[in-house]
Amino acid sequence: MKTSSLFQAFGAVIKRDLLLAYRHRAELINPLAFFVMVITLFPLALGAEVALLKRIAPAIIWVAALLASLMSIDNLFRADYDDGSLELMVMTPHSLSVLVLAKVIAHWLLSSVPLLFIAPLMGVMLHMDSDVIGVLLLTLLLGMPVLSLIGGIAVALTLGLRKGGALLAILVLPLYVPILIFASSAVDAAMSGFPVSGHLSMMCAILFLAITLTPLPTAAALKMSLS
Amino acid sequence: MFMRFIYKFSSPPYFYAISGKMLPWLTALFFLLLGYGLYGGLVTAPADYQQGDSFRIIYVHVPAAWMSMFIYVVMAISGGIGLVWRIKLAEIVSISSASIGASFTFLALVTGSLWGKPMWGAWWVWDARLTSELVLLFLYLGVIGLYNGIEDKRTASRAVAILALVGVVNIPIIHYSVEWWNTLHQGATVSKLDKPSIHIDMLIPLLVMALAFKVYYVIAVLLRCRNELLEREPNGKWIDELLEKVK
Repeated sequence: MKTSSLFQAFGAVIKRDLLLAYRHRAELINPLAFFVMVITLFPLALGAEVALLKRIAPAIIWVAALLASLMSIDNLFRADYDDGSLELMVMTPHSLSVLVLAKVIAHWLLSSVPLLFIAPLMGVMLHMDSDVIGVLLLTLLLGMPVLSLIGGIAVALTLGLRKGGALLAILVLPLYVPILIFASSAVDAAMSGFPVSGHLSMMCAILFLAITLTPLPTAAALKMSLS
Repeated sequence: MFMRFIYKFSSPPYFYAISGKMLPWLTALFFLLLGYGLYGGLVTAPADYQQGDSFRIIYVHVPAAWMSMFIYVVMAISGGIGLVWRIKLAEIVSISSASIGASFTFLALVTGSLWGKPMWGAWWVWDARLTSELVLLFLYLGVIGLYNGIEDKRTASRAVAILALVGVVNIPIIHYSVEWWNTLHQGATVSKLDKPSIHIDMLIPLLVMALAFKVYYVIAVLLRCRNELLEREPNGKWIDELLEKVK
């Protein structure tokens, strides 16, 4: 029997998830459409005043991104749980937390990276300045993986439940607070012409903390949900 | 030696017996502390030079806020013990603490809001402390929701323990980010209650009240644990023996 190294398994999980997503590529558009729709609701509710929209644009885009991430994160382990491949992953000799990290990375590539391409467009529509849009993109780039990583814990915890949806939001949203704060204050600082490197370093720190720490509780929760 | 004591104490029959013996003493201690604290706080402590008598809500507000954070840590630690050593009692302590902690958090928020109205002129300000207390309430609600969502109570306890541990790592991050957010956005618009070194006659009742709240928490958690033990093993042999004795 041929055994695979941990790195090969890591790559295989990412490749498999990307392939699966490619086969159902119509579904990829959903988080994007949701993101755009939520942003569209704000000018409709607030009125089209340019100064107001410009002022609150980063907050709107970030909250929309957060909700889009929350929407799509529910599918992180769902399909694998239903068809039993998650149990096989648990039974492999490889560390489950590394495989979990691979799944989260695949999820990030599929649900968050497309947002990075559409977010500048939204920024322009909300009258943001171009250099502020750059900072916004940087915060999305650093912050969205953290959202997926933290969301993974909650998804793993609620996996066995029939009605996990609302509960998932209650579990996850308080944990999203720091990222939202650092990201929107970075963009705010950019808007007022202050340096943003401090905020971005903080977000980097949170990102690395999340990459190293969150797969462990996620793996523990998965094992618990499957037992 | 220590572990043997822990295992002995955490066996349900032993715990049930000894907690039953402790409860009357704890209740007496609680009323003693509460009586002294309330009398000291409401009667003998001098009125504040700025806030007059309305500062006296501090004797409920501050101990409740302390307890809200203390209980979360207790919940996480006992949950962690339950995860590692599979001690059933630790799991039960963890989940029994959750709703008590949520109540204290709610109490701190409500009393804070009642205090804020005359002092700040608003029921609610987006101050760093208030906001992080609110987030803490959401964390508690998440724990309670998760526990109630999972059918099997052993699994639910483990899930809650994982969540509580994740929360405990996050609480400092949330706290400091919220503090930073507030100072960035609001600056000097909200004049925080600046704390001059508190008068000793005001401080002692406050500390006594904090102690009274702690004792109350111990009483409440013991009562809940006893109930939960009976509920989880309704056919346990030791319960039959207990019933025999009552007859």
